[in-house]
Amino acid sequence: MNSELLGIILIYVTTVLLAIPLGKYIGKVYEGKPTWLDVILSPVDKFFFKASGIKPEKEMNWKQHLLALLTINFVWFLFSMFVLMNMSWLPLNPDKNPSMSADLAFNTTVSFISNTNLQHYSGESGVSYLGQLILMLFQFISAGVGMAACAAVFNAMKERTTEKLGNFYNYFVKSCTRILLPLSIVIALLLLFNGTPMTFKGKDQFVSLQGDTVNVSRGPAAAMVAIKQIGTNGGGFFGANSSHPLENPNYFTNIVENVSIILIPIALVFAMGYMLKRKKLAWMVFAVMTVGFLSFVIPSVFYEMKGSDNISRLGISQNRGSMEGKEIRFGAAASAYWGITTTVTSNGSVNAMHDSFTPLTGMFALLGMMVNSFYGGVGVGFLNFYVYIIIAVFISGLMVGRTPEFLGKKIEAKEMKIATIIALLHTLLILSFTALSSHLYAHDPKTYAAWLNNPGNHGFSEMLYEYTSSSANNGSGFEGLGDGVPFWNITCGIVMILARYLPIIGPVAIAGILAKKKYVPESAGTLKTDTSTFGIMIFAVIMIVAALSFFPALALGPIAEFFTNK
Amino acid sequence: MKQHILPALKLTLICIIFFCGIYTLIILGAAQFTPNKGLGETVSFKNNVVGYALEGQNFTADKYFSSRPSAVGYNAAGSGGSNKGTSNPDYLKDVQSRIDSFLVHNPSVKKENIPSELVTASGSGLDPDISPEAAYIQIARIAKVRNLTEDRLKALIEMHTQQPLLGLFGPATVNVLQLNIDLDKLN
Repeated sequence: MNSELLGIILIYVTTVLLAIPLGKYIGKVYEGKPTWLDVILSPVDKFFFKASGIKPEKEMNWKQHLLALLTINFVWFLFSMFVLMNMSWLPLNPDKNPSMSADLAFNTTVSFISNTNLQHYSGESGVSYLGQLILMLFQFISAGVGMAACAAVFNAMKERTTEKLGNFYNYFVKSCTRILLPLSIVIALLLLFNGTPMTFKGKDQFVSLQGDTVNVSRGPAAAMVAIKQIGTNGGGFFGANSSHPLENPNYFTNIVENVSIILIPIALVFAMGYMLKRKKLAWMVFAVMTVGFLSFVIPSVFYEMKGSDNISRLGISQNRGSMEGKEIRFGAAASAYWGITTTVTSNGSVNAMHDSFTPLTGMFALLGMMVNSFYGGVGVGFLNFYVYIIIAVFISGLMVGRTPEFLGKKIEAKEMKIATIIALLHTLLILSFTALSSHLYAHDPKTYAAWLNNPGNHGFSEMLYEYTSSSANNGSGFEGLGDGVPFWNITCGIVMILARYLPIIGPVAIAGILAKKKYVPESAGTLKTDTSTFGIMIFAVIMIVAALSFFPALALGPIAEFFTNK
Repeated sequence: MKQHILPALKLTLICIIFFCGIYTLIILGAAQFTPNKGLGETVSFKNNVVGYALEGQNFTADKYFSSRPSAVGYNAAGSGGSNKGTSNPDYLKDVQSRIDSFLVHNPSVKKENIPSELVTASGSGLDPDISPEAAYIQIARIAKVRNLTEDRLKALIEMHTQQPLLGLFGPATVNVLQLNIDLDKLN
């Protein structure tokens, strides 16, 4: 079999084999049960709680959870704005990089606290090392926030009637110290010993073999690359992200980084199974997610390995597939596989340029972000999936004429309203902002000529991709878009804020409201939610709500591009 | 809101100390145990540093194996790809002119044998590798310019071909800088 295909099979199998035990470990961490890392990390946690005056055993209801979450995010917002707008005179700036303008700092701040990591700057020239360290901090804590919200929802799904859903700070700190930190250290070490730099020295200079003088950017990259992968962040150290040879030196590191993209999202599903003692439900959710994921990955790998039709027409060989925007050491298969893993989760790091993917691979990357719950981002991916479960329960309840129930709780009008709003919010944000930018461009192509790097349908796809990526809190881009201007900085910033916090507030609220309701034990008349029939139901709901509502937009972008270049 | 502000401020401060400070120091400390001390591995030739082992550089002269086109001109302080869609007519013109220029420099090569990676730009603009096929196809030109036998060059490429990981996973590659340094040593 082709070694490129074997490579991606290895990546997927490794991920699942690691995710199952990790899921159990995560479950134990959230349940407060002993784990083998307690010896080192219990004192660390205690220091965190003591120094910040937090009582981790004090339980909160869902409203208190959200209040704590939003307050700390607001503090981070102010702090990040300050650092990014004053980098030029703050320490750790050997390359003398400038401070950010207000609109770029707003975009970058929102992007990193919302776990999006859309980057309208380039790492080599747009931030100082201090800026990079602060952005690295947000990669930990924004991932921790998503996981804490997810843990609260897991807690609320248990078989009991309660208002108490654990302590937000407890979940948050433990997500960071016990899950993200140890994994990041392991990954950073693997990267270090494969050549990723970790230094505070500035640029180096040499004269190449052919006689050109070359400046080389370096920096504390290994530490940042590790957490950007494991926390579904994706904010790269260098402009070219994980296609950069220092950020992703070889095929082995590519495996390590790609496994870390979806490791925690998959593990969280198994963590739920462990915490609720519902292994079958966990496997059903995993199966639905996997079917969705594979239905995007397989055609993408096929089209990238097949190569571009336009290049074929030029009459050259495409043995390696479509190679524009790709690196030789990864090849077309591993680039397409990464492209889909990074978009179905909300990671957004890239090892190939998505703008140069063949049209249909670009579409599957878009679909991955439009669905945003086939594994999904750390924590938030499951929250999105939870919304779809609620909708599927309600619809199937109506179909068989029974009161819709999920895990022993009745689903009523209030929960349904929240679920529907959240499910439609994503569509609304993406389509209305894409419509706005398309309108501006179409009516005045001269003024906005610098926006688009490609003409026609592909140009439309660039704008659609940018807002989809913002709304999915993904952060990858069709990077040809000239997005470093106030219009894109501000509109994408607004989309990212709304698309981050509302889809956390909604599911936590639903779970909180359901947890307070009377527990109805299962009977013969209960709709079973851990069966394959119900799995198909959820899959159908996702496809109808998420995928179909975007079909007209996709038809104007990648689908039209595909057919006109056939 | 009020009851959460103070814990939020304190917790943020501790997170800064821990994740910006201690975590960074742990990795920085570990970097001192790597062969290049976390500075990035350099390659020397005739006692001069001529490049970074992982990063590609521009090779356009006929006497060297060419590296891939780069959207940023192999600027190691500003990486990036072309971000051109494969349907973009201007982009296809660029590729066509690269094909034409390759044929001029390599008159013995048939067009349908040119591997697309030699006329398309990489994602980072710093791709250090080409495929073995892309190296073999340049042999005739280099043999002529340097007055070397084709067999010697073939052996050189074979020596520099990095097989897939464990012989099983991923593509085979040839590092252009290492190949060209050894090429210079041949003469």
